[in-house]
Amino acid sequence: MLMTERERCAAEISALAGKLGHDRASLVPILLEVKRKYHRIDSYAMQVIGDLLGIHPVEVHSVVSFYAFLGDHHQGRFVIRLCRTISCAMQGKDRVMRQLENDLGIRFGETTADGAFTLEWANCMGMCDQGPALLVNDRIFTRVTPERVHDILEECRRVFGVHAAEAKEVHLT
Amino acid sequence: MSAIPTYAAQVPEAGLKAALQTDRPGLISIIAASGLKGRGGAGFPTSVKWNFAAAAQAERKFILCNADEGEPGTFKDRVILMEHPDLVFEGMTIAGKAVGAREGILFLRGEYAYLRGGLEAALARRREQGLLGPDILGSGLCFDIRIFMGAGAYICGEETALIECLEGFRGEPRNRPPFPVNTGYLGFPSVVNNVETLAWAACILANGAPWFRAAGTEKSTGRKLFSVSGDCGKPGVYELPMGITVAQLLMEVQGTDAKAVQIGGAAGQCVPARDFHRTLAFEDIPTGGSVIVFGPQRDMLEVLHNFLEFFTDESCGQCTPCRVGNAKLLEGVERLQAGTCSMAYLKELCALGETMQLASKCGLGQSSPNGFLSVVEHFREEIMGRMLARA
Repeated sequence: MLMTERERCAAEISALAGKLGHDRASLVPILLEVKRKYHRIDSYAMQVIGDLLGIHPVEVHSVVSFYAFLGDHHQGRFVIRLCRTISCAMQGKDRVMRQLENDLGIRFGETTADGAFTLEWANCMGMCDQGPALLVNDRIFTRVTPERVHDILEECRRVFGVHAAEAKEVHLT
Repeated sequence: MSAIPTYAAQVPEAGLKAALQTDRPGLISIIAASGLKGRGGAGFPTSVKWNFAAAAQAERKFILCNADEGEPGTFKDRVILMEHPDLVFEGMTIAGKAVGAREGILFLRGEYAYLRGGLEAALARRREQGLLGPDILGSGLCFDIRIFMGAGAYICGEETALIECLEGFRGEPRNRPPFPVNTGYLGFPSVVNNVETLAWAACILANGAPWFRAAGTEKSTGRKLFSVSGDCGKPGVYELPMGITVAQLLMEVQGTDAKAVQIGGAAGQCVPARDFHRTLAFEDIPTGGSVIVFGPQRDMLEVLHNFLEFFTDESCGQCTPCRVGNAKLLEGVERLQAGTCSMAYLKELCALGETMQLASKCGLGQSSPNGFLSVVEHFREEIMGRMLARA
Protein backbone atom coordinates (compact mmCIF):
# COMPACT_ATOMS: atom_id res chain seq x y z
CA MET A 1 0.00 0.00 0.00
CA LEU A 2 1.25 3.52 -0.78
CA MET A 3 2.40 5.60 2.19
CA THR A 4 -0.18 8.24 1.39
CA GLU A 5 -2.89 5.60 1.21
CA ARG A 6 -1.84 4.21 4.57
CA GLU A 7 -1.93 7.63 6.15
CA ARG A 8 -5.37 8.30 4.76
CA CYS A 9 -6.62 4.90 5.90
CA ALA A 10 -5.25 5.45 9.43
CA ALA A 11 -6.80 8.92 9.60
CA GLU A 12 -10.18 7.63 8.49
CA ILE A 13 -10.17 4.75 10.96
CA SER A 14 -9.16 7.15 13.71
CA ALA A 15 -12.07 9.41 12.81
CA LEU A 16 -14.39 6.39 12.89
CA ALA A 17 -13.19 5.43 16.35
CA GLY A 18 -13.75 9.02 17.43
CA LYS A 19 -17.36 8.71 16.30
CA LEU A 20 -18.11 5.14 17.44
CA GLY A 21 -15.98 5.00 20.59
CA HIS A 22 -12.50 3.85 21.67
CA ASP A 23 -13.60 0.90 23.78
CA ARG A 24 -13.65 -2.74 22.78
CA ALA A 25 -17.45 -2.70 22.46
CA SER A 26 -16.96 -0.48 19.38
CA LEU A 27 -14.86 -3.11 17.62
CA VAL A 28 -17.57 -4.80 15.55
CA PRO A 29 -19.21 -1.51 14.44
CA ILE A 30 -15.80 -0.12 13.40
CA LEU A 31 -14.92 -3.28 11.48
CA LEU A 32 -18.28 -3.31 9.68
CA GLU A 33 -17.75 0.29 8.63
CA VAL A 34 -14.17 -0.36 7.43
CA LYS A 35 -15.34 -3.38 5.45
CA ARG A 36 -18.14 -1.37 3.86
CA LYS A 37 -15.80 1.42 2.84
CA TYR A 38 -12.67 -0.46 1.70
CA HIS A 39 -14.28 -3.82 0.76
CA ARG A 40 -11.59 -5.53 2.82
CA ILE A 41 -9.94 -5.39 6.23
CA ASP A 42 -6.20 -5.81 5.68
CA SER A 43 -3.53 -6.43 8.29
CA TYR A 44 -2.56 -2.75 8.34
CA ALA A 45 -6.13 -1.71 9.18
CA MET A 46 -6.26 -4.37 11.89
CA GLN A 47 -3.03 -2.97 13.38
CA VAL A 48 -4.43 0.57 13.39
CA ILE A 49 -7.70 -0.57 14.98
CA GLY A 50 -5.81 -2.60 17.59
CA ASP A 51 -3.70 0.43 18.51
CA LEU A 52 -6.73 2.70 18.77
CA LEU A 53 -8.71 0.32 21.00
CA GLY A 54 -5.70 -0.77 23.05
CA ILE A 55 -5.89 -4.45 22.07
CA HIS A 56 -3.50 -6.76 20.23
CA PRO A 57 -4.00 -6.93 16.45
CA VAL A 58 -4.36 -10.71 16.80
CA GLU A 59 -7.48 -10.07 18.89
CA VAL A 60 -8.82 -7.94 16.05
CA HIS A 61 -8.01 -10.69 13.58
CA SER A 62 -9.77 -13.30 15.71
CA VAL A 63 -12.96 -11.24 15.48
CA VAL A 64 -12.53 -10.44 11.78
CA SER A 65 -12.11 -14.12 10.91
CA PHE A 66 -15.13 -15.20 12.95
CA TYR A 67 -17.95 -13.27 11.32
CA ALA A 68 -19.35 -13.97 7.86
CA PHE A 69 -19.81 -10.25 7.10
CA LEU A 70 -16.21 -9.40 8.01
CA GLY A 71 -13.22 -11.55 6.98
CA ASP A 72 -9.88 -10.34 5.61
CA HIS A 73 -10.54 -11.35 2.00
CA HIS A 74 -11.11 -8.74 -0.68
CA GLN A 75 -14.68 -8.21 -1.81
CA GLY A 76 -16.16 -6.48 -4.81
CA ARG A 77 -18.22 -3.31 -4.65
CA PHE A 78 -21.33 -5.46 -4.89
CA VAL A 79 -21.43 -8.46 -2.62
CA ILE A 80 -24.16 -10.81 -3.77
CA ARG A 81 -25.24 -13.22 -1.06
CA LEU A 82 -27.58 -15.98 -2.17
CA CYS A 83 -29.54 -17.79 0.53
CA ARG A 84 -28.78 -21.51 0.52
CA THR A 85 -31.01 -22.62 3.37
CA ILE A 86 -33.75 -25.19 3.01
CA SER A 87 -36.77 -23.06 2.03
CA CYS A 88 -34.85 -21.18 -0.65
CA ALA A 89 -33.25 -24.48 -1.75
CA MET A 90 -36.71 -25.99 -2.24
CA GLN A 91 -37.73 -22.96 -4.30
CA GLY A 92 -34.90 -23.31 -6.81
CA LYS A 93 -31.80 -21.52 -5.51
CA ASP A 94 -29.56 -23.87 -7.52
CA ARG A 95 -30.74 -22.48 -10.84
CA VAL A 96 -30.25 -18.91 -9.61
CA MET A 97 -26.74 -19.89 -8.51
CA ARG A 98 -25.93 -21.33 -11.94
CA GLN A 99 -27.17 -18.22 -13.72
CA LEU A 100 -25.20 -15.87 -11.43
CA GLU A 101 -22.04 -17.89 -12.11
CA ASN A 102 -22.71 -17.93 -15.85
CA ASP A 103 -23.43 -14.21 -16.11
CA LEU A 104 -20.43 -13.13 -14.04
CA GLY A 105 -17.98 -15.82 -15.17
CA ILE A 106 -16.91 -16.62 -11.61
CA ARG A 107 -17.76 -19.29 -9.05
CA PHE A 108 -19.23 -18.76 -5.60
CA GLY A 109 -16.59 -17.44 -3.20
CA GLU A 110 -14.85 -15.49 -5.98
CA THR A 111 -14.68 -11.84 -7.07
CA THR A 112 -14.77 -10.60 -10.66
CA ALA A 113 -11.47 -9.32 -12.08
CA ASP A 114 -12.77 -5.72 -12.27
CA GLY A 115 -13.57 -5.81 -8.54
CA ALA A 116 -17.26 -5.15 -9.12
CA PHE A 117 -18.96 -8.36 -7.94
CA THR A 118 -18.42 -11.01 -5.30
CA LEU A 119 -20.56 -14.13 -5.05
CA GLU A 120 -21.11 -15.55 -1.58
CA TRP A 121 -23.48 -17.92 0.15
CA ALA A 122 -25.63 -16.77 3.02
CA ASN A 123 -27.48 -18.82 5.57
CA CYS A 124 -31.19 -18.20 6.10
CA MET A 125 -31.95 -14.50 5.66
CA GLY A 126 -35.57 -14.59 6.75
CA MET A 127 -37.26 -14.49 3.35
CA CYS A 128 -38.31 -18.14 3.41
CA ASP A 129 -41.86 -17.42 2.23
CA GLN A 130 -40.61 -15.48 -0.81
CA GLY A 131 -37.57 -17.41 -1.96
CA PRO A 132 -35.17 -17.73 -3.57
CA ALA A 133 -33.78 -14.63 -1.90
CA LEU A 134 -30.51 -12.78 -2.32
CA LEU A 135 -28.88 -9.69 -0.85
CA VAL A 136 -26.91 -7.23 -2.95
CA ASN A 137 -24.96 -5.38 -0.26
CA ASP A 138 -27.83 -4.23 2.01
CA ARG A 139 -30.59 -4.56 -0.53
CA ILE A 140 -32.87 -7.58 -0.58
CA PHE A 141 -34.31 -9.26 -3.68
CA THR A 142 -36.98 -11.92 -3.34
CA ARG A 143 -38.57 -14.49 -5.67
CA VAL A 144 -35.46 -14.30 -7.84
CA THR A 145 -35.64 -16.30 -11.04
CA PRO A 146 -32.68 -17.18 -13.30
CA GLU A 147 -34.17 -14.75 -15.80
CA ARG A 148 -34.16 -11.84 -13.33
CA VAL A 149 -30.48 -12.33 -12.49
CA HIS A 150 -29.44 -10.35 -15.55
CA ASP A 151 -31.65 -7.37 -14.61
CA ILE A 152 -30.28 -7.32 -11.07
CA LEU A 153 -26.68 -7.29 -12.30
CA GLU A 154 -27.45 -4.62 -14.89
CA GLU A 155 -29.01 -2.43 -12.23
CA CYS A 156 -25.82 -2.67 -10.16
CA ARG A 157 -23.68 -1.76 -13.18
CA ARG A 158 -25.91 1.21 -13.91
CA VAL A 159 -25.51 2.56 -10.36
CA PHE A 160 -21.70 2.47 -10.46
CA GLY A 161 -19.41 1.66 -13.43
CA VAL A 162 -20.67 4.61 -15.50
CA HIS A 163 -18.95 3.94 -18.83
CA ALA A 164 -19.53 0.21 -18.90
CA ALA A 165 -23.17 0.69 -18.06
CA GLU A 166 -23.77 3.28 -20.77
CA ALA A 167 -22.26 1.06 -23.43
CA LYS A 168 -24.35 -1.90 -22.28
CA GLU A 169 -27.54 0.11 -22.26
CA VAL A 170 -27.04 1.06 -25.91
CA HIS A 171 -26.74 -2.63 -26.76
CA LEU A 172 -29.85 -3.45 -24.80
CA THR A 173 -32.08 -0.94 -26.60
CA MET B 1 -61.26 -14.48 12.43
CA SER B 2 -61.34 -14.74 16.21
CA ALA B 3 -62.87 -12.26 18.61
CA ILE B 4 -59.52 -11.71 20.30
CA PRO B 5 -57.82 -8.53 19.09
CA THR B 6 -54.74 -9.48 17.10
CA TYR B 7 -51.26 -8.10 16.90
CA ALA B 8 -52.04 -5.52 14.27
CA ALA B 9 -55.04 -4.14 16.17
CA GLN B 10 -53.15 -2.77 19.18
CA VAL B 11 -53.81 0.74 20.43
CA PRO B 12 -50.50 2.63 20.12
CA GLU B 13 -48.70 3.18 23.43
CA ALA B 14 -51.59 1.80 25.51
CA GLY B 15 -49.21 -0.74 27.05
CA LEU B 16 -46.61 1.87 27.89
CA LYS B 17 -49.17 4.23 29.45
CA ALA B 18 -50.53 1.38 31.56
CA ALA B 19 -46.99 0.47 32.60
CA LEU B 20 -46.26 4.04 33.71
CA GLN B 21 -49.23 3.80 36.10
CA THR B 22 -47.96 0.55 37.60
CA ASP B 23 -45.10 0.02 40.04
CA ARG B 24 -42.18 -2.31 39.27
CA PRO B 25 -43.32 -5.41 41.22
CA GLY B 26 -46.80 -4.83 39.78
CA LEU B 27 -45.44 -4.95 36.21
CA ILE B 28 -43.61 -8.21 36.81
CA SER B 29 -46.65 -9.78 38.47
CA ILE B 30 -48.83 -8.89 35.46
CA ILE B 31 -46.34 -10.59 33.14
CA ALA B 32 -46.15 -13.54 35.56
CA ALA B 33 -49.96 -13.81 35.61
CA SER B 34 -50.04 -13.87 31.82
CA GLY B 35 -47.69 -16.87 31.75
CA LEU B 36 -45.70 -15.32 28.87
CA LYS B 37 -42.76 -17.53 27.87
CA GLY B 38 -39.79 -16.67 25.66
CA ARG B 39 -40.97 -16.56 22.06
CA GLY B 40 -37.53 -17.27 20.61
CA GLY B 41 -38.12 -20.96 21.21
CA ALA B 42 -36.49 -21.73 24.54
CA GLY B 43 -39.71 -20.94 26.40
CA PHE B 44 -38.19 -19.52 29.58
CA PRO B 45 -40.79 -17.61 31.62
CA THR B 46 -40.29 -13.92 30.88
CA SER B 47 -41.38 -12.76 34.33
CA VAL B 48 -38.71 -14.93 36.01
CA LYS B 49 -36.02 -13.38 33.83
CA TRP B 50 -37.24 -9.85 34.58
CA ASN B 51 -37.50 -10.66 38.27
CA PHE B 52 -33.87 -11.84 38.50
CA ALA B 53 -32.63 -8.72 36.73
CA ALA B 54 -34.87 -6.48 38.87
CA ALA B 55 -33.49 -8.05 42.06
CA ALA B 56 -29.85 -7.60 40.98
CA GLN B 57 -28.10 -4.58 42.47
CA ALA B 58 -26.03 -2.67 39.91
CA GLU B 59 -25.18 0.80 38.66
CA ARG B 60 -26.31 0.03 35.14
CA LYS B 61 -28.70 -2.54 33.68
CA PHE B 62 -29.50 -3.34 30.07
CA ILE B 63 -32.48 -4.51 28.05
CA LEU B 64 -31.17 -6.38 25.03
CA CYS B 65 -33.60 -7.17 22.25
CA ASN B 66 -32.54 -10.26 20.32
CA ALA B 67 -33.28 -9.54 16.66
CA ASP B 68 -30.68 -12.03 15.42
CA GLU B 69 -33.37 -14.14 13.83
CA GLY B 70 -31.24 -16.78 12.10
CA GLU B 71 -33.11 -20.04 12.54
CA PRO B 72 -33.86 -21.49 9.11
CA GLY B 73 -37.50 -20.92 8.26
CA THR B 74 -38.06 -18.11 10.76
CA PHE B 75 -39.06 -14.64 9.60
CA LYS B 76 -41.74 -13.47 12.04
CA ASP B 77 -39.35 -11.00 13.72
CA ARG B 78 -38.60 -9.40 10.37
CA VAL B 79 -42.32 -8.82 9.87
CA ILE B 80 -42.76 -7.41 13.39
CA LEU B 81 -39.77 -5.07 12.99
CA MET B 82 -41.02 -3.93 9.61
CA GLU B 83 -44.68 -3.43 10.46
CA HIS B 84 -44.86 -2.93 14.23
CA PRO B 85 -41.48 -1.58 15.37
CA ASP B 86 -43.18 0.65 17.96
CA LEU B 87 -44.63 -2.37 19.72
CA VAL B 88 -41.10 -3.76 20.20
CA PHE B 89 -39.68 -0.45 21.44
CA GLU B 90 -42.67 -0.07 23.73
CA GLY B 91 -42.00 -3.56 25.13
CA MET B 92 -38.34 -2.70 25.68
CA THR B 93 -39.31 0.48 27.54
CA ILE B 94 -41.72 -1.48 29.73
CA ALA B 95 -39.01 -4.06 30.44
CA GLY B 96 -36.67 -1.18 31.27
CA LYS B 97 -39.08 0.13 33.86
CA ALA B 98 -39.72 -3.36 35.28
CA VAL B 99 -36.05 -4.17 35.90
CA GLY B 100 -34.78 -0.64 36.48
CA ALA B 101 -32.69 -0.38 33.29
CA ARG B 102 -32.09 2.90 31.49
CA GLU B 103 -30.41 1.55 28.38
CA GLY B 104 -31.75 -0.70 25.66
CA ILE B 105 -29.92 -2.20 22.70
CA LEU B 106 -31.59 -3.78 19.70
CA PHE B 107 -29.22 -6.40 18.29
CA LEU B 108 -30.15 -6.51 14.62
CA ARG B 109 -28.68 -9.24 12.44
CA GLY B 110 -26.44 -8.14 9.57
CA GLU B 111 -28.79 -9.67 7.00
CA TYR B 112 -31.54 -7.28 8.16
CA ALA B 113 -29.49 -4.13 7.54
CA TYR B 114 -32.22 -2.89 5.18
CA LEU B 115 -34.57 -2.60 8.18
CA ARG B 116 -32.24 -0.25 10.01
CA GLY B 117 -33.38 2.99 8.35
CA GLY B 118 -37.01 2.40 9.29
CA LEU B 119 -36.09 1.43 12.83
CA GLU B 120 -33.85 4.47 13.36
CA ALA B 121 -36.67 6.69 12.06
CA ALA B 122 -39.10 5.07 14.52
CA LEU B 123 -36.64 5.67 17.37
CA ALA B 124 -36.16 9.32 16.38
CA ARG B 125 -39.92 9.81 16.23
CA ARG B 126 -40.35 8.21 19.65
CA ARG B 127 -37.72 10.56 21.11
CA GLU B 128 -39.56 13.54 19.62
CA GLN B 129 -42.87 12.34 21.04
CA GLY B 130 -41.31 11.92 24.47
CA LEU B 131 -41.72 8.14 24.40
CA LEU B 132 -37.98 7.68 24.84
CA GLY B 133 -35.48 9.86 26.64
CA PRO B 134 -34.77 11.26 30.09
CA ASP B 135 -38.39 11.83 31.13
CA ILE B 136 -40.84 9.57 29.32
CA LEU B 137 -44.31 11.20 29.07
CA GLY B 138 -43.50 13.31 32.13
CA SER B 139 -43.33 10.27 34.40
CA GLY B 140 -39.66 10.64 35.33
CA LEU B 141 -38.85 7.30 33.68
CA CYS B 142 -35.53 7.43 31.80
CA PHE B 143 -34.91 4.98 28.96
CA ASP B 144 -33.30 5.06 25.53
CA ILE B 145 -32.59 2.54 22.81
CA ARG B 146 -29.81 2.18 20.25
CA ILE B 147 -29.30 -0.27 17.42
CA PHE B 148 -26.29 -2.57 17.15
CA MET B 149 -25.63 -4.39 13.89
CA GLY B 150 -24.62 -8.04 13.94
CA ALA B 151 -22.05 -9.30 11.46
CA GLY B 152 -23.54 -12.50 10.10
CA ALA B 153 -23.35 -15.26 12.71
CA TYR B 154 -26.24 -17.59 13.54
CA ILE B 155 -24.67 -18.38 16.92
CA CYS B 156 -25.20 -14.77 18.07
CA GLY B 157 -28.87 -15.65 18.57
CA GLU B 158 -27.65 -17.48 21.68
CA GLU B 159 -27.90 -14.90 24.45
CA THR B 160 -24.34 -15.12 25.80
CA ALA B 161 -22.85 -15.19 22.28
CA LEU B 162 -24.92 -12.10 21.49
CA ILE B 163 -23.36 -10.35 24.49
CA GLU B 164 -19.86 -11.45 23.42
CA CYS B 165 -20.49 -9.86 20.02
CA LEU B 166 -21.77 -6.64 21.62
CA GLU B 167 -18.60 -6.49 23.70
CA GLY B 168 -16.41 -6.88 20.62
CA PHE B 169 -15.45 -10.53 20.87
CA ARG B 170 -15.99 -13.65 18.76
CA GLY B 171 -19.55 -14.86 19.17
CA GLU B 172 -18.67 -17.83 21.34
CA PRO B 173 -21.24 -18.77 23.99
CA ARG B 174 -20.20 -18.48 27.63
CA ASN B 175 -20.68 -21.00 30.37
CA ARG B 176 -23.90 -20.42 32.30
CA PRO B 177 -24.14 -19.67 35.20
CA PRO B 178 -23.53 -16.82 35.67
CA PHE B 179 -26.60 -15.92 33.66
CA PRO B 180 -26.89 -12.60 31.79
CA VAL B 181 -29.56 -11.45 34.25
CA ASN B 182 -26.72 -11.22 36.81
CA THR B 183 -23.58 -10.80 34.71
CA GLY B 184 -24.46 -9.69 31.22
CA TYR B 185 -23.32 -6.92 28.87
CA LEU B 186 -20.11 -5.33 30.25
CA GLY B 187 -20.70 -7.37 33.41
CA PHE B 188 -23.97 -5.60 34.24
CA PRO B 189 -27.34 -7.36 34.69
CA SER B 190 -28.97 -7.71 31.28
CA VAL B 191 -32.29 -9.05 30.10
CA VAL B 192 -32.11 -10.68 26.66
CA ASN B 193 -35.57 -11.07 25.13
CA ASN B 194 -36.75 -12.06 21.69
CA VAL B 195 -38.44 -9.41 19.50
CA GLU B 196 -41.81 -11.15 19.69
CA THR B 197 -41.62 -11.60 23.49
CA LEU B 198 -41.15 -7.85 23.98
CA ALA B 199 -43.96 -7.03 21.57
CA TRP B 200 -46.30 -9.38 23.45
CA ALA B 201 -45.27 -7.81 26.76
CA ALA B 202 -46.52 -4.46 25.42
CA CYS B 203 -49.81 -6.08 24.29
CA ILE B 204 -50.27 -7.76 27.69
CA LEU B 205 -49.82 -4.48 29.55
CA ALA B 206 -52.39 -2.87 27.28
CA ASN B 207 -55.02 -5.61 27.53
CA GLY B 208 -54.30 -7.41 30.78
CA ALA B 209 -53.11 -10.89 31.64
CA PRO B 210 -56.57 -12.59 31.34
CA TRP B 211 -56.82 -11.36 27.73
CA PHE B 212 -53.55 -13.14 26.94
CA ARG B 213 -54.46 -16.30 28.84
CA ALA B 214 -57.75 -16.59 26.95
CA ALA B 215 -55.85 -18.35 24.18
CA GLY B 216 -53.40 -21.22 24.40
CA THR B 217 -52.97 -24.06 26.85
CA GLU B 218 -52.32 -24.21 30.60
CA LYS B 219 -48.52 -24.38 30.17
CA SER B 220 -48.26 -22.44 26.91
CA THR B 221 -50.47 -19.42 27.23
CA GLY B 222 -51.43 -16.92 24.60
CA ARG B 223 -50.99 -16.64 20.89
CA LYS B 224 -47.84 -16.94 18.86
CA LEU B 225 -46.54 -15.94 15.47
CA PHE B 226 -45.64 -18.82 13.17
CA SER B 227 -43.42 -18.43 10.11
CA VAL B 228 -44.66 -20.92 7.54
CA SER B 229 -42.67 -21.78 4.42
CA GLY B 230 -42.08 -24.73 2.11
CA ASP B 231 -44.58 -26.80 0.15
CA CYS B 232 -47.88 -25.15 1.01
CA GLY B 233 -50.41 -22.95 -0.73
CA LYS B 234 -50.16 -19.92 1.54
CA PRO B 235 -46.72 -19.41 3.09
CA GLY B 236 -46.28 -16.43 5.41
CA VAL B 237 -46.63 -15.31 9.01
CA TYR B 238 -49.64 -16.56 10.99
CA GLU B 239 -50.85 -15.53 14.42
CA LEU B 240 -52.36 -18.62 16.02
CA PRO B 241 -53.10 -19.78 19.56
CA MET B 242 -50.49 -22.00 21.20
CA GLY B 243 -51.54 -25.63 21.46
CA ILE B 244 -53.04 -26.04 17.98
CA THR B 245 -52.26 -29.30 16.24
CA VAL B 246 -49.95 -29.62 13.26
CA ALA B 247 -52.94 -30.78 11.20
CA GLN B 248 -54.94 -27.64 12.07
CA LEU B 249 -52.03 -25.46 11.08
CA LEU B 250 -51.59 -27.29 7.78
CA MET B 251 -55.27 -26.80 7.04
CA GLU B 252 -54.84 -23.06 7.58
CA VAL B 253 -51.80 -22.79 5.26
CA GLN B 254 -53.08 -25.20 2.58
CA GLY B 255 -50.42 -27.82 3.07
CA THR B 256 -52.51 -30.86 3.94
CA ASP B 257 -50.75 -33.23 1.53
CA ALA B 258 -47.45 -32.83 3.42
CA LYS B 259 -45.46 -35.93 4.25
CA ALA B 260 -43.57 -34.22 7.08
CA VAL B 261 -43.22 -30.86 8.78
CA GLN B 262 -40.05 -29.45 10.30
CA ILE B 263 -41.00 -27.58 13.46
CA GLY B 264 -38.54 -25.24 15.19
CA GLY B 265 -36.22 -24.80 12.21
CA ALA B 266 -33.05 -26.75 11.52
CA ALA B 267 -32.58 -27.15 15.28
CA GLY B 268 -36.12 -28.43 15.73
CA GLN B 269 -37.67 -31.77 14.95
CA CYS B 270 -39.12 -33.41 11.90
CA VAL B 271 -42.72 -34.50 12.47
CA PRO B 272 -44.04 -37.22 10.11
CA ALA B 273 -47.62 -37.27 8.82
CA ARG B 274 -48.76 -39.90 11.33
CA ASP B 275 -47.92 -37.49 14.18
CA PHE B 276 -49.83 -34.49 12.83
CA HIS B 277 -52.22 -34.75 15.79
CA ARG B 278 -49.44 -33.45 18.05
CA THR B 279 -49.62 -29.87 19.30
CA LEU B 280 -47.40 -26.83 18.92
CA ALA B 281 -46.77 -25.98 22.56
CA PHE B 282 -43.84 -25.95 24.98
CA GLU B 283 -45.13 -29.17 26.60
CA ASP B 284 -45.35 -31.07 23.29
CA ILE B 285 -43.40 -29.70 20.31
CA PRO B 286 -41.59 -26.53 21.41
CA THR B 287 -40.99 -23.97 18.69
CA GLY B 288 -39.68 -20.51 18.03
CA GLY B 289 -42.22 -20.31 15.25
CA SER B 290 -40.51 -21.92 12.28
CA VAL B 291 -42.70 -24.33 10.33
CA ILE B 292 -41.29 -25.80 7.11
CA VAL B 293 -43.68 -28.00 5.14
CA PHE B 294 -42.31 -30.90 3.08
CA GLY B 295 -44.50 -32.16 0.27
CA PRO B 296 -44.70 -35.81 -0.81
CA GLN B 297 -41.98 -35.39 -3.44
CA ARG B 298 -39.25 -34.20 -1.01
CA ASP B 299 -36.19 -36.32 -0.34
CA MET B 300 -35.60 -36.24 3.43
CA LEU B 301 -31.87 -36.91 3.00
CA GLU B 302 -31.50 -33.78 0.91
CA VAL B 303 -33.26 -31.86 3.67
CA LEU B 304 -30.91 -33.32 6.29
CA HIS B 305 -27.90 -32.59 4.12
CA ASN B 306 -28.96 -28.96 3.89
CA PHE B 307 -29.46 -28.69 7.68
CA LEU B 308 -26.14 -30.29 8.54
CA GLU B 309 -24.23 -28.14 6.05
CA PHE B 310 -25.83 -25.20 7.81
CA PHE B 311 -24.69 -26.38 11.24
CA THR B 312 -21.13 -27.26 10.19
CA ASP B 313 -20.92 -23.75 8.76
CA GLU B 314 -22.45 -21.98 11.75
CA SER B 315 -20.92 -23.95 14.64
CA CYS B 316 -18.63 -21.54 16.48
CA GLY B 317 -16.05 -24.32 16.80
CA GLN B 318 -15.48 -23.81 20.49
CA CYS B 319 -16.50 -27.24 21.81
CA THR B 320 -15.65 -30.61 20.28
CA PRO B 321 -19.05 -32.39 20.30
CA CYS B 322 -20.56 -29.67 18.12
CA ARG B 323 -17.57 -28.88 15.89
CA VAL B 324 -16.69 -32.50 15.07
CA GLY B 325 -20.12 -34.05 15.64
CA ASN B 326 -21.91 -32.01 12.99
CA ALA B 327 -19.19 -32.75 10.43
CA LYS B 328 -19.49 -36.48 11.19
CA LEU B 329 -23.28 -36.42 10.87
CA LEU B 330 -22.97 -34.60 7.54
CA GLU B 331 -20.53 -37.25 6.34
CA GLY B 332 -23.00 -39.91 7.49
CA VAL B 333 -25.81 -38.32 5.46
CA GLU B 334 -23.54 -38.32 2.40
CA ARG B 335 -22.92 -42.04 2.98
CA LEU B 336 -26.65 -42.64 3.21
CA GLN B 337 -27.12 -40.73 -0.02
CA ALA B 338 -24.48 -42.84 -1.70
CA GLY B 339 -26.05 -46.00 -0.29
CA THR B 340 -22.91 -47.05 1.57
CA CYS B 341 -24.00 -46.74 5.20
CA SER B 342 -24.34 -49.91 7.28
CA MET B 343 -26.96 -50.24 10.01
CA ALA B 344 -24.18 -50.54 12.59
CA TYR B 345 -22.69 -47.22 11.47
CA LEU B 346 -26.08 -45.55 11.45
CA LYS B 347 -26.54 -46.65 15.06
CA GLU B 348 -23.12 -45.22 15.89
CA LEU B 349 -24.19 -41.92 14.35
CA CYS B 350 -27.39 -41.90 16.41
CA ALA B 351 -25.33 -42.50 19.55
CA LEU B 352 -23.06 -39.63 18.50
CA GLY B 353 -26.13 -37.44 18.09
CA GLU B 354 -27.26 -38.25 21.62
CA THR B 355 -23.77 -37.47 22.93
CA MET B 356 -23.91 -34.09 21.20
CA GLN B 357 -27.26 -33.36 22.84
CA LEU B 358 -25.74 -34.06 26.25
CA ALA B 359 -22.20 -32.78 25.91
CA SER B 360 -22.36 -29.64 23.76
CA LYS B 361 -21.83 -26.35 25.51
CA CYS B 362 -24.73 -24.36 24.09
CA GLY B 363 -28.09 -24.80 22.43
CA LEU B 364 -26.63 -25.01 18.92
CA GLY B 365 -24.78 -28.27 19.47
CA GLN B 366 -27.44 -29.60 21.83
CA SER B 367 -30.17 -29.20 19.23
CA SER B 368 -28.37 -29.67 15.91
CA PRO B 369 -28.70 -33.51 15.94
CA ASN B 370 -32.50 -33.27 16.49
CA GLY B 371 -33.28 -33.21 12.79
CA PHE B 372 -30.97 -36.12 12.05
CA LEU B 373 -32.33 -38.24 14.88
CA SER B 374 -35.97 -37.60 14.05
CA VAL B 375 -35.53 -38.31 10.33
CA VAL B 376 -33.65 -41.55 11.09
CA GLU B 377 -36.42 -42.52 13.51
CA HIS B 378 -39.38 -41.75 11.26
CA PHE B 379 -38.08 -42.25 7.72
CA ARG B 380 -35.80 -45.25 8.06
CA GLU B 381 -37.68 -46.94 5.22
CA GLU B 382 -36.86 -44.05 2.90
CA ILE B 383 -33.20 -43.49 3.75
CA MET B 384 -31.77 -47.02 3.94
CA GLY B 385 -30.38 -49.04 1.04
CA ARG B 386 -30.20 -46.19 -1.45
CA MET B 387 -28.99 -46.89 -4.96
CA LEU B 388 -27.00 -44.21 -6.75
CA ALA B 389 -29.82 -43.67 -9.21
CA ARG B 390 -29.95 -39.89 -9.13
CA ALA B 391 -26.21 -39.32 -9.38
